[in-house]
Amino acid sequence: MNEQLPTRLSVLLHLFWIFFRIGPSTFGGGYAMIPIIEREISLKRNWIDQQQLSDLMSMAAAAPGGVGVNASAFIGYRIGKVPGAIVATLAITLPTFIIVFLLSALYAAFQHEPKVQAAFQGIHAAIIGLMAVAAYKMGKQALFDRTTIAVAACTVGIMLITGINPTVMIAVGLALGICLIRLKKALGLSVQTERTTPDNQPIIEYYI
Amino acid sequence: MLHWQLFLAFLKIGLLSFGGGYAVIPMIQYESERYGWLPGEEFQRLVALAGMSPGPVATNSATLIGYEAGGLLGAIVATAGIVLPSLVIVIVIAAFFYRMNANIWVKSSFYGLRPIITGLIVYAAIHFGLSNHSDTIYHWSTFATLLIGVLAFLAIVKYKLHPFGVIAGAAILGIVLF
Repeated sequence: MNEQLPTRLSVLLHLFWIFFRIGPSTFGGGYAMIPIIEREISLKRNWIDQQQLSDLMSMAAAAPGGVGVNASAFIGYRIGKVPGAIVATLAITLPTFIIVFLLSALYAAFQHEPKVQAAFQGIHAAIIGLMAVAAYKMGKQALFDRTTIAVAACTVGIMLITGINPTVMIAVGLALGICLIRLKKALGLSVQTERTTPDNQPIIEYYI
Repeated sequence: MLHWQLFLAFLKIGLLSFGGGYAVIPMIQYESERYGWLPGEEFQRLVALAGMSPGPVATNSATLIGYEAGGLLGAIVATAGIVLPSLVIVIVIAAFFYRMNANIWVKSSFYGLRPIITGLIVYAAIHFGLSNHSDTIYHWSTFATLLIGVLAFLAIVKYKLHPFGVIAGAAILGIVLF
């Protein structure tokens, strides 16, 4: 046991260092992290093989929370159990936490410059574009029959008109899917829970 | 008291933040308005900052809003709050439900959840786009905003540009247009 302790510690340190570097090098949210995680964990170190890694990634996308944070926690757990999960999560969160602060301090210092304000308005507009990209990619995967298109349209309508708490919509969504699938089965309609390719393979598209 | 409120609110958001990223923005905005953490235009500014920073947009937003509302401690509790549910849930899934994805209940849930997340992101984009202009819609800046938004969309979807390049380009276009 005593001999194992230093190696376990060094694995944890290693884990921390890998995830610490991944955060700052990814722009555009969690899914940008996936190719880098794949390269570091699977190709370079062979800690987890690629098939298992892609299973982990689709679970990371399914669990609540950012996919980058989830993927780190999953991989951390597989390599170092609970301490591994904590270390990986901490490592992926810490650097961006610090960078966000630096950027916001920088912005605060120059925010009254007209040029900075103009640049920021441009960035604001680009973020709207990025949101549209996220919606488009998610929609490509999610909206494949009339039911799903109607649900998405209703969501936008309900949110725009009532402005209710969005978390309610999410909670409703979890139950709604189960009800819809049961209803379809009861009515004898064909049931498909995700978009598939012609040879019936589910398409996993990373959407954020 | 404020910090406890921040922590609990972000804990709840983290717990229900399926889809991550921009789908979470309306949830954060809702809580922020309910508790009066910061004024609306301030919120828009912070989300733009969060979007241009590396890392997950939802976590970045939590950090910035926590900081504006309650200083450094506020930033720490908000970030911890939004990350903690992920960590706990992932550990539970990894330990007990390894094949969770093949489960028909999980698949059925996601059948309903995915279109709702799509809808929430669309709503986030509309809301984020509209609330910038208090004066009038028929204005040069509305047109310029739309133009940059559409260009950003095309640059990523069609020309596969890196989001960072798009944001840098938008900053330059912003200086030219506004």
